[in-house]
Amino acid sequence: MSDMKRLSTTPATHPIHPAETPGVLVKPGAEPVLKATNITKWFGENHVLRGASITVWPGETVCILGRSGSGKSTFLRSLNFLEDPTDGSVEVDGVVVSADPFHTEGGERAERIREVRMRAGMVFQEFNLFPHLSVIENCVEAPVHVKGMDRKEAEAIAEKYLAKVGLAEKRDEYPSRLSGGQRQRVAIARALTMQPKVLLFDEPTSALDPTLVGEVLKVMADLAHEGRTMIVVTHEMDFAHEAADRVYYMDKGEFAEVGPPEQVIDAPKDPRTKEFLSRFRTLGAKK
Amino acid sequence: MHEEAEVLAKSVAADEGRRSRNWQTRFRLVWGGIVFLLIAFILISLNVEISFIQTAAPFILQGVGLTLLVSAVSILFATIFAIAGALGRLSRSALLNGIASFYVSFFRGTPLILQLLFWYLALPQVGIVLDPILCAIAALAINYGAYMTEIFRAGIQAVPLGQREAAAALGMAPRTAFLRIVAPQAFRIIVPAIGNDFVAMLKDSALASTVGLQEILWRARNVGAKEFKTLQTFMIAGVVYWVLTIVFTAVQNRIESRLSAGDRNKEAKG
Repeated sequence: MSDMKRLSTTPATHPIHPAETPGVLVKPGAEPVLKATNITKWFGENHVLRGASITVWPGETVCILGRSGSGKSTFLRSLNFLEDPTDGSVEVDGVVVSADPFHTEGGERAERIREVRMRAGMVFQEFNLFPHLSVIENCVEAPVHVKGMDRKEAEAIAEKYLAKVGLAEKRDEYPSRLSGGQRQRVAIARALTMQPKVLLFDEPTSALDPTLVGEVLKVMADLAHEGRTMIVVTHEMDFAHEAADRVYYMDKGEFAEVGPPEQVIDAPKDPRTKEFLSRFRTLGAKK
Repeated sequence: MHEEAEVLAKSVAADEGRRSRNWQTRFRLVWGGIVFLLIAFILISLNVEISFIQTAAPFILQGVGLTLLVSAVSILFATIFAIAGALGRLSRSALLNGIASFYVSFFRGTPLILQLLFWYLALPQVGIVLDPILCAIAALAINYGAYMTEIFRAGIQAVPLGQREAAAALGMAPRTAFLRIVAPQAFRIIVPAIGNDFVAMLKDSALASTVGLQEILWRARNVGAKEFKTLQTFMIAGVVYWVLTIVFTAVQNRIESRLSAGDRNKEAKG
């Protein structure tokens, strides 16, 4: 692939897939809260993302499925620029950031990336809680030191969300004293305390003991049902089926199929989705 | 069957306990034996005059304060140099990284005593005359700072990438993320190493005797040389250094275990 091709300009218009229709909890006439357009990523000679686009309205939960190595995590991490995409652009709550193939450091673009990150909270597979801070300190760290929020006010918000994830009584505990499921729920409360417009989940239950997956999925389902805007990369079919307004199936760096879970999971049309799900069922049946 | 197994397990455990206590006893006997033989050898073959030791020992002990002062000030400056050095080594700026890596390479690549003598004997040639204590502190701080730079750099890099990513994802600017998330975690990794280096510096500060600083070794050499009794005075100096390192190693172990106790409470993989 020539360099010219790699530096191709982002299309001016954001393509909306025919299956991308606002979910049930979206207020009529609402504008999309997140638009990712033509996200492309090269790792050296490896074409990881081949121009993937997504549209998410406020109040929706969308799930991204796909086998490992399909690029779904890279796509999610491109949405808040933890991975700098080679091409494409992301718009979150009106803040637009385009790919910068020259990786310019600092400056006005870095500030806009921070704006995007403040609006898009992220929950990681490995939790990434700050081990030197207590649960409540983990939650208020960014609101106080990034947003400049008053500590008391931030603590009140954090306590509200800790109660929501069922960990109000752990507020002064340190992360190492918590189980994996509790850590992930703290991580969710930490992301929520920033009061983001959209939550990004990167395989939030993949690092968990099977017995602890349920408590995290329950919190996530509750958030989905109360109208939080969420983008979830996951292997949990039951969760996707139950909580998602829309499911995206990613294959080799592009979305092979988009639609409601009843279609993509139960009656996939695309042969790639079909094959993935058939393997999934065979494995699932053996359990 | 069950009870038999339990009886057997108990007798095995008791046997192991006995063996470990025996080993401890023998270990202590070896230490005691060596110390006894040493003292006996000194008393028999060197006809030690208690009166001489009574005058020499206090004179040598007066150097302890200076040794501790030089070591403490030097470790403080070494820590500052090491922080600057580590940040330079981790910097993407070619200028800063170049300066830092030259600093590490040069000051680790030349003898400490050469550096010390340079400050004391070479600088006067260009008109800069430094007090011996300043020479000692400059030499020790700059040399140790170079070694500690690499330790600090490793400590900073030991903080998992996920911590930086989590900080970035929350909207923290790189500087905020470093100061509030990475540095406090790196600090816990680094503190035991600073303690280690302080103990090593207590001994290396003896090099300052070569530039006339009246610390422990200088005093032992001078008071001994007058009466041709350096064997006795060096023995005393050796014991003084030894006791100092034992004391500060114990202090350091305590700090370390307190830190790792904090780790057990606070740390783990987050």
